[in-house]
Amino acid sequence: MAKTAVQEFTKGLWAEIPPFRLVLGLCPVLAVTKTVENGVGMGVATTFVLVCSNVLISLLRNAIPKKVRIACFIAVIATFVTVVELLMQAFAYPLFLKLGIFIPLIVVNCIVLGRAEAFAAKNKVVPSLADGLGIGLGFTLSLGALGAIREILGSGMFYGKPVFGPSFEPFGFMVQAPGAFVCLGLMLCVMNMLGKK
Amino acid sequence: MSDYLILIISCIFVNNILLMQYLGNCPFLGVSKKMETATGMAMAVIFVLVMAGSITWIVDNLLLKPFDLEYLRTLTFIMVIASLVQFVEMFLRKSIPTLYAGLGIFLPLITTNCAVMGVCLINIMEEYSFIQALVASFAYAIGFGLALVLFAGLRERIVLARVPKPLQDTSIGLVTAGMLSLAFFAFKGMV
Repeated sequence: MAKTAVQEFTKGLWAEIPPFRLVLGLCPVLAVTKTVENGVGMGVATTFVLVCSNVLISLLRNAIPKKVRIACFIAVIATFVTVVELLMQAFAYPLFLKLGIFIPLIVVNCIVLGRAEAFAAKNKVVPSLADGLGIGLGFTLSLGALGAIREILGSGMFYGKPVFGPSFEPFGFMVQAPGAFVCLGLMLCVMNMLGKK
Repeated sequence: MSDYLILIISCIFVNNILLMQYLGNCPFLGVSKKMETATGMAMAVIFVLVMAGSITWIVDNLLLKPFDLEYLRTLTFIMVIASLVQFVEMFLRKSIPTLYAGLGIFLPLITTNCAVMGVCLINIMEEYSFIQALVASFAYAIGFGLALVLFAGLRERIVLARVPKPLQDTSIGLVTAGMLSLAFFAFKGMV
């Protein structure tokens, strides 16, 4: 059991790292990665929802009737999203304002529902927990990496601190919408080059 | 009247839901490989979004706000959208089978389309009146359809091109979406 849990955890970090291997949940990926801070904040919020909903759905998997399972999953996920929303309002208000609409939208993030349907509904609690943690961490890492690239190139800063000298001309394209699409596309290309066996 | 015209233009072009607000990108990449599926999805979104936009506005203003239940907004909205989609599906299957045959498979996908939920939340955040919310939902949905159909057209062409192996499929799709987004970027500052 311990070994499988570790495997479930590590697969989220490379073999099935979202959003590159599983092309799901792209909206927050594109929208909130203008800076590293936003990207990581979003990643952590999503991880929390993912882990909690995975555990609860796994516990309830025998009690939920097959026919209405999607509605039940959505209800569970929406509950945890509300919890995150209220927690962030209380403890991380500036970040909450920056992420804005994308916090309630975690509820329609396909990764969360996808993991509930594909994994938690069929597996025991411990592997589901590991799966949630792994996928969540992978998602956070991807958001952080994309955020770092876009922040460094787009505004010449990393985590709000300038990294280049004053002569650096920010590459404004990167922090705008088109830059997000192109940057993610190119990152996916690099992942394909590295990962194809 | 001109206010509504500005609202429509801004929702379709300037703040295009897909390319400028980054909402609804999963179906954008998922169903855009063929023109046929893209048009089907676009129609289904227009249909559901207008209904969801108006119903969530009513729920929020008549139910949540008077009783100070705003913190339940996420939960309520997703439930409204999910049941609405289910209801529309059943209604279409019974009474308009031809339309159901066209939209059928896209309807369940709409529940997790963040464009629908996103527009409902934007309507509330911008504090639109009911008519404004209705117009905005329709215009956003048209913008979604427009971008999706344009993108599907581009992707059908890309199939014919020789794309380097690592860039194939989703990767080139995202880069193309970036270019399309750049084109829509030109509308910025129009309103």
